[in-house]
Amino acid sequence: MAYLNGLKCRECGRDYPAEPLNVCDFCFGPLEVAYDYSTIREVVTRDRITAGPLSVWRYKDLLPASGDNPVDIMTGMTPLMKANNLGKELGLDNLYIKNDSVNPTFSFKDRVVSVACTKALEFGYEVLSCASTGNLAASVAAHAARAGIKAVVFIPGDLEKGKVINAAIYGPTIMAIDGNYDDVNRLCSEIADNYPWAFVNVNMRPYYAEGSKTLGYEVAEQLDWQVPDHVVVPAASGAMFTKIWKGFNELACLGLLDGVEGMSFGEDQNSVHHPEVKTKMHMAQAFGCSPIAAAWNNGQTHVVPVKPDTIAKSLAIGNPADGIYALKVIQESGGSATATPEQTVAEGIELLARTEGIFTETAGGVSISVLKSLVEAGAIKRDERTVVYITGNGLKTQEVVENAVNTLPIKPTMGSFESAFNA
Amino acid sequence: MVTEPVIYNLGKDFEIETNIRRADVREDTGWVILELKGTEEEIEKGLNWVASKGVRVDSISGDLIQG
Repeated sequence: MAYLNGLKCRECGRDYPAEPLNVCDFCFGPLEVAYDYSTIREVVTRDRITAGPLSVWRYKDLLPASGDNPVDIMTGMTPLMKANNLGKELGLDNLYIKNDSVNPTFSFKDRVVSVACTKALEFGYEVLSCASTGNLAASVAAHAARAGIKAVVFIPGDLEKGKVINAAIYGPTIMAIDGNYDDVNRLCSEIADNYPWAFVNVNMRPYYAEGSKTLGYEVAEQLDWQVPDHVVVPAASGAMFTKIWKGFNELACLGLLDGVEGMSFGEDQNSVHHPEVKTKMHMAQAFGCSPIAAAWNNGQTHVVPVKPDTIAKSLAIGNPADGIYALKVIQESGGSATATPEQTVAEGIELLARTEGIFTETAGGVSISVLKSLVEAGAIKRDERTVVYITGNGLKTQEVVENAVNTLPIKPTMGSFESAFNA
Repeated sequence: MVTEPVIYNLGKDFEIETNIRRADVREDTGWVILELKGTEEEIEKGLNWVASKGVRVDSISGDLIQG
């Protein structure tokens, strides 16, 4: 069972029942899940977690959907790898890569969609839906297939064939919209209002977003129930960034971190900050779509939307729904937000691949580039434990690293080989 | 721009009922969460006019299309 009290507005605090709602009727603020932490505190233990499945559902007591029969394609418990080679190159002795590129549909989206799809079934939905340029569409289609329900995914009409195949293979209905970015957003908003479908990031959003907390939980568990000194996290809507922070603080407040005494969640569950959680949260965006980083670096408390123009398509959200909350997390954690130049994205992908054998997509390239710049700026010290989140697989954005292809053509002779090889 | 009664004119010149839900208006910048009631046609005309005045119009839910 899920230990929920309902939903609560993040702005005005009004309470709502645990239904497929995402916006407050009174102030139009976003709704978030309100947990029954009193009961959770009695139930959840480290042993209970470690006895759970090797997936995100080992944390079922902290998720807003029942873990009794989840839609689980075995997402999560991805490797947390010590990156000695990359660390040596950058001047870091305690660098880790959280490699979510190996999830079932090859991105972290499987975490949030697993929760959203499970909850959608609880609500009785028969169609799972989303608007996406790639990773989300694939994950929604895959989970719907696993759940035995329909999927309808909306994509821009000019989306690359490879990305369409990523989603199409699972058998959804794919609506390719002949329009620009704003057209797609507006149409999907209308459809979400008018059709009885579970739109994962609309009417299911409060539940969907909670899946990202597992990125925090897992890192803590894999570090023997400790939180890192720094994390570098790519940001599109800002939701994942805020939920990793929430995950660390939930564990701390529940007394699950090593040597840390639990404490009350207080009035506002979503803004609790346990004093022993000292992780600095560093946000990574690409310059061509960096509204949150721009707001942070300009000292603003609101985010001015932009028109995305970046090769990091998976981070291309010009109007980030969680932007202001992400700014608060940066502030509270003493972190930062960096917009890396577009030309460094491919460099970051290549650096990670060359040093650690991990092929990430553009979002990962953004994270690695920002990590490099943070070290160069002295924001991360050599011995500080640092985790970089790699959220998607490089096979999804091969086109940006096409120049990595450098074959040596030879004739089928030993002489030709030796001549080319020794040149 | 902040001294121009955009919301008042939106209600006066178009068949749209407006209701401010939240706002933060400062000397040189500001945002308003505005509820609109009217026909789809009038709302579209009204928002096009608002945009022509240099005001940015976005959905409260943020962008739906995700990577």
